Amino acid sequence: MGTAITVTRSGPLTVVTDLGRPGHAHLGVPHSGALDPDALRLANRLVGNAEGLAGLEVLLGGLELRAEAGVTVAVTGTPMAAWRRDEDGTRRAVGSHRAVHLRAGQRLELGVPAAGLRGYVACAGGLEAAEELGSRSTDLLSGLGPAVVADGDRFELGAAGEVPSDAGPVPVSVPAARIAVPVLLGPRDDWFEDPAAALRASVWTVGSASNRIGLRLAGQPLVRVPEWAGKELPSEPMCPGAVQVPPSGEPVVFLADGPTTGGYPVIGVVPEAALGALAQARPGSEVLLRPR
Amino acid sequence: MVPGAAAKVTGLRIRRVVSRAVRLLRFGGSGVLVELSSGAQVMTAYRTLRAALADGRLDGVAELVPAARTVLLTVAAGLTPPRDQVRALLADALDGPAEAGDPSAEGPGAAPAEVVIPVRYDGADLDLVARTAELSVPEVIELHSSTEYTVAFCGFSPGFGYLTGLPEPLRQARLDDARPSVPAGSVAMAGEFTGVYPRSSPGGWRLLGHTDQVMFDPGADPPARLAPGDRVRFERVR
Repeated sequence: MGTAITVTRSGPLTVVTDLGRPGHAHLGVPHSGALDPDALRLANRLVGNAEGLAGLEVLLGGLELRAEAGVTVAVTGTPMAAWRRDEDGTRRAVGSHRAVHLRAGQRLELGVPAAGLRGYVACAGGLEAAEELGSRSTDLLSGLGPAVVADGDRFELGAAGEVPSDAGPVPVSVPAARIAVPVLLGPRDDWFEDPAAALRASVWTVGSASNRIGLRLAGQPLVRVPEWAGKELPSEPMCPGAVQVPPSGEPVVFLADGPTTGGYPVIGVVPEAALGALAQARPGSEVLLRPR
Repeated sequence: MVPGAAAKVTGLRIRRVVSRAVRLLRFGGSGVLVELSSGAQVMTAYRTLRAALADGRLDGVAELVPAARTVLLTVAAGLTPPRDQVRALLADALDGPAEAGDPSAEGPGAAPAEVVIPVRYDGADLDLVARTAELSVPEVIELHSSTEYTVAFCGFSPGFGYLTGLPEPLRQARLDDARPSVPAGSVAMAGEFTGVYPRSSPGGWRLLGHTDQVMFDPGADPPARLAPGDRVRFERVR
């Protein structure tokens, strides 16, 4: 028989997530999925799941969930305090980045991370939310996938695999207040004055309007070369990692829920492997762009 | 001089000119952006690459996405985009008869789907469209519903197709102020495009009418009523 969890407190923003729904961009369907996919994979491995099963992406902690039957869970992503609370109210710190067993009625409670933004919670068996186009991910741009998690939401879990017994300590990295990410120039770097130098010149600050769709960067605006100044770009395909430059000159790095087409030039693309770090970049933190 | 030899040389020269019209631009480590000079070329390139994908001539492709003047091909992380293969496939296709610029010319690959969308022409902007076009409302409806369109690409929201082929008088600017909410099924036009809003969303296109057809259903196969390359007609219902 399957088990279930109930989210008793959803925190600032919690969504169901997996590795997304690639392969449908030509129909206007964004990739979506975990912004920090390596963290979700790790959480799944810790509880004995296949890496791509659905878990929760938790923005700034604050989540609380109750096990309806015995279940193994793990918290990964940016480090945050985690407690297991008994039905009698006593609680005990259990830590992140390890498998934790909850008995029926016990709760997992997450604190607020001191750095970074997003934690991931995997439950043995994975969340059985409805699948759309091969994915259970909430897509905040297109509206596909489950609704944003609300207090009281209950999720059935799939059949649990075997929790690895030999799981040693896993590497935990605390997101830094300043990160450097590579940007591969193109396809429209030639629209901008001295694009490599201009990207390198600023210490870019992560804007507060950043979300799962894109990371907004504030800094010295990028200037178009005269021949492209004021010109409109016919709609062009986009993908996660694309660094699009709107007329303001301040770039937006598209993340997993980013659109599949867009009307502003893409000066460069952040490689997939570096996007997880951007998913943890808080508003106000700093980003150095390393064009190549 | 042998007449056949001269013809051959001319043919080669044309081939070189056409192939030069295709630029391949880097789009990150796993993508290549094909830049073309017309919407018709985009359709030919997209159909060619889609067909090559379908019959296994292109491996490891993650996404193949057309837009107005470009096609993006991405491969799974860790693989290298098959630039040479793309270039070779496109050189052949764009030198062929479908390159002539006629969007209704048969491109390579499977025959495009033909889709008919029933429309009740009761849109809030019909009068505005008619005034701008210096036509009567019945003439606008006749013009819009008697034209065959092609889905050039999708975007904006899942299943939103940008349809080209709009008659010249209907090529009109977006509204000055976008509506905060346009109902699902709204049939609208802006610039060189017409299309149908698959779900309720903000929108700045001029509204001609609405359809009861479901344009996007993630549980259906295929999920989208329209895919790039499809031929579309709007059928007036009262």
